Amino acid sequence: MPRLPARLALAALVAIATIPAHAAEPIRVGVTVSQTGPAASLGIPQRNTVALLPTEISGREVKYILLDDASDTTKAVANTRKLIDEDKADVIIGSSVTPASLAMVDVVAEKQVPMISLGASSKIIDPPGGARVWVFKTPQNDSLMADAVADHMAKHGIKTVAFIGFNDAYGDGWLTEATRALEAKGIKLVDTERYARADTSVTGQTLKMMAAKPDAVLIAGSGTPAALPEKTLKERGYTGKIYQTHGVANADFLRVGGKDVEGTILPAGPVLVAAQLPDSNPIKPVALKYVHDYDAKYGAGSMATFGAHLYDADLLLQQAIPLALKKGEPGTPAFRSALRDALEGLHEVVLTQGVANMSPKDHNGFDQRARVMVTIQDGKWVLLH
Amino acid sequence: MNSVDPTIFLILLQDGIVNGAIYALLALSLVLVFAVTRVVLIPQGEFVAYGALTYATLGAGRVPGSVFLLCALGIAACGYGFWAERRTLDLSATLRLLGETILLPAAVLVLTLWLAPQRAGIAVEAFLALLIVAPMAPYLYRIAFQPMAEASVLVLLIAAVGVHLAMVGLGLVFFGPEGSRGDAFSGATYTLGALTVPGQALWIVGATLLIMAALALFFGLTLRGKALRATAVNRLGARLVGIPTAQSGRLAFALAGCIGALSGVLIAPLTTVYYDSGFLIGLKGFVAAIVGGLVSYPAALVAALAVGIGESFSSFYASAFKEVIVFGAIVPVLLARSLLAAPEAEEE
Repeated sequence: MPRLPARLALAALVAIATIPAHAAEPIRVGVTVSQTGPAASLGIPQRNTVALLPTEISGREVKYILLDDASDTTKAVANTRKLIDEDKADVIIGSSVTPASLAMVDVVAEKQVPMISLGASSKIIDPPGGARVWVFKTPQNDSLMADAVADHMAKHGIKTVAFIGFNDAYGDGWLTEATRALEAKGIKLVDTERYARADTSVTGQTLKMMAAKPDAVLIAGSGTPAALPEKTLKERGYTGKIYQTHGVANADFLRVGGKDVEGTILPAGPVLVAAQLPDSNPIKPVALKYVHDYDAKYGAGSMATFGAHLYDADLLLQQAIPLALKKGEPGTPAFRSALRDALEGLHEVVLTQGVANMSPKDHNGFDQRARVMVTIQDGKWVLLH
Repeated sequence: MNSVDPTIFLILLQDGIVNGAIYALLALSLVLVFAVTRVVLIPQGEFVAYGALTYATLGAGRVPGSVFLLCALGIAACGYGFWAERRTLDLSATLRLLGETILLPAAVLVLTLWLAPQRAGIAVEAFLALLIVAPMAPYLYRIAFQPMAEASVLVLLIAAVGVHLAMVGLGLVFFGPEGSRGDAFSGATYTLGALTVPGQALWIVGATLLIMAALALFFGLTLRGKALRATAVNRLGARLVGIPTAQSGRLAFALAGCIGALSGVLIAPLTTVYYDSGFLIGLKGFVAAIVGGLVSYPAALVAALAVGIGESFSSFYASAFKEVIVFGAIVPVLLARSLLAAPEAEEE
């Protein structure tokens, strides 16, 4: 008999100790990005950005669980399962690249967990419906950027274009979109060439493009490897206009490209030239804050626009989580499904890369405000008006 | 557009020869290392990437992370050396070991820390990059391969893959995900009819020829070179006549490291090199070496040039299928080799 009260006391103590912990169930955000492998130049700034994110949203603690998928599709799927099954993630952010993101779609749909991809291709969210109701993405669709390029070309009297792109999903996506956008503007695609990210020479492709005598060349590559065709074109005396894609928007491209990439024209998210945006632009303060925070932590001029995609994903969550909390507790299916609904209903959310208006038909939500045309002058990105 | 314009033909040929020269150097060192140690040196490409990126980092006035890897490998090699030779060590051997594995990396480290910030000039930086990267190869041999020098080719190959993966990962840490370019040795370009030949291309072809000539002299005339050849012909026999085969292995690796790092320094001004570029470059050297059955130097050289030129022309005619053509071409060659070659024992 005398032992019972002691047990009761212990049970009471345990109960008291567990109640507050239960009440403050944190929101778990699973992040899988490509910190190593071919897409490391995207994944590393994204990983760095996680450290800048708020650890509390509407009074709830937010826990970020960060994994590396090594730019590998299989690893990204394994990470997604681990984040959902073991870490009990309420939402997944990632992966950095399109192929890995596409493979994750079925997993998050099966587990009914919302996912915000950082991949570029519109294939991740289109066509809407089916498994994709759970999937959102923050980078601008290729089609939006391709339209901007075609627009600019048409305005500047360009009639013929040669295309050289990566021999992978990025180059494929751009070739499809550019073909469509150029055709709509009546511009002729006179030659298409491909090359690999690690190629040491593109002399053959360059000679063939120049033989077709295009008014402009469009290069679809990401990061420093996109500088190689441009340098070879200049070496061989090409004098026409050169267009790049938003995949090159980091400081390393300027470093490797040097004077050979002066005058290049490319579409980009507004965050790349945040300081040059007019004050009336609502994106300016949001983008400037990100640039400032990133540079303060990792060194001046170190910001790459790829990290901003992850920051934007978190800005979306900051809007959606308070709404979802009214419907359910984190860690429950009700919360995850409410979070998905809240994300889909977001309206006029100002991000670093644009203004998002989500709908059941559009899980990206960006319009023309999400892109600006930029050129390179004296080794700096300069906004074109 | 499809008729071969003679100018385009010449430019493609020139591009192919310059690339082929680098593949030839790599094929050469792969054959050398395989013949002496039976290791298929998968990490050979990493020496190229490390050489190029170390040179580019020095050119930017910063201290490359690879110099710290050199020191770490030196210390590990020293530790292993003492353990492996603990029964036979005398004073001179101890001093030699310490000099090779501690003193040398320490001197390179001091030199790098002193020279890197003051932009000492292209020649000094190129030499320093060689000093940093080349000694890694013999250290790696001591650590990863010498302990199992008698293992089967397959086991050695697996160890080589392990070393390759570790070096790629460390490369990402040291040099970052984005690529770099180095400063050219010579900014001059020469006009030869319709051809414009950059000075750097002449450097590459010249250095390749020079290295080949030097290797031929080394193997033909010096005692150490002959010892290497003897080890290659028959390990056990070489040992019986008193040739230290472990030392031959280190020497073969040192030569391979030198050639790899030099190739890297040579190509750094011509193209952007990434932390993971080495594998593909090394693989093309490997294709060339395979054509020679991993034993024949002349066959490997011809094959390397063929790979370079084939690559250049296929990038003009069908750029989307370039790698398919280059690597696909190896299949009939292997088929022919295995049909024509006399049946041999799988393992010695």
